[in-house]
Amino acid sequence: MSKIKGKVLIDRERCKGCDLCVVACPVHILALADQVNARGYHFSMVQQPESCIGCASCALVCPDSCITVYRQKVEA
Amino acid sequence: MAAEVEMKPENLVYAKPRLITDKTMHYCPGCSHGVVHKLVAEVIDEMGLEHDAIGISPVGCAVLAYDYIDIDWVESAHGRATTLATAIKRLRPDKMVFTYQGDGDLAAIGTGETIHAGNRGENITIIFINNAIYGMTGGQMAPTTLVGMKTATTPYGRDTHLNGYPYKIGEVMSLLDGVCYVTRQSVHTPAAVRKAKKAIRKAFENSMAGRGLSLVEIVATCNSGWKLSPVEANRWMEEHMMEFYPLGDLKDTEKK
Repeated sequence: MSKIKGKVLIDRERCKGCDLCVVACPVHILALADQVNARGYHFSMVQQPESCIGCASCALVCPDSCITVYRQKVEA
Repeated sequence: MAAEVEMKPENLVYAKPRLITDKTMHYCPGCSHGVVHKLVAEVIDEMGLEHDAIGISPVGCAVLAYDYIDIDWVESAHGRATTLATAIKRLRPDKMVFTYQGDGDLAAIGTGETIHAGNRGENITIIFINNAIYGMTGGQMAPTTLVGMKTATTPYGRDTHLNGYPYKIGEVMSLLDGVCYVTRQSVHTPAAVRKAKKAIRKAFENSMAGRGLSLVEIVATCNSGWKLSPVEANRWMEEHMMEFYPLGDLKDTEKK
């Protein structure tokens, strides 16, 4: 069985913690971190990387272009 | 078949647009400007206009747009972006000339310039960010502020007896014969972002084909000015702004 999976990379230092990607994610795998980055923002983090479907919704709505998305067919 | 998603170029779905610079944007967290900047950068890159695009940045929050999108820019006086664009396009008709303006710039001090540029049918594109408030100066009432909306200068809500009615620039511009394309979009959801990108592409193509002036209005949020969180601001925009500024094409002379 193969399955399409995604991988999301977030540039923590560029992130301003606006929360828009968290709301946009259809599988609810993103959340704001308890820690802050160098500029004091609670950056966005992937909580359940295994559930990512690589739809890039988070990256599309990110105003600060912090998100890179990869997608591939992998063994399930 | 791989067991893990490999970070290879062929698997890349989305990355920071090539023409967006590494500089951190000065916009507030969650500001719609960042998304629209990305769309403009992506469309210019996809159309291969990196060396042929000239942007006119306004006075307002987007004044520093020239720092964020790596193309040629000219900074205009407040509200006069369309006049500058007119001059540049007439001198260099081979270039793709667009203005990027907010509602305080375009719908207030620059209304006259905007309407006349439309009436002359200049082959330029206007990207109009309508967030119904003066964001940069601290959230004062703009001509586009909704009736009853609270701002720094209308603390009890906009009163029509005192402040008049909100200005629907898109509808006004669509009546002019020189204007070929008027659309109203938003960037609050992934689907809306995709639609807005198509609209920007169409507008840029119109400008290059010499069909007249195109106006892409983006209904946007100003969460700092509205005193809401970015997520709440998006919700407020859907509930209130879109009722008065419905999304969709207002004019398209190419459509049969």
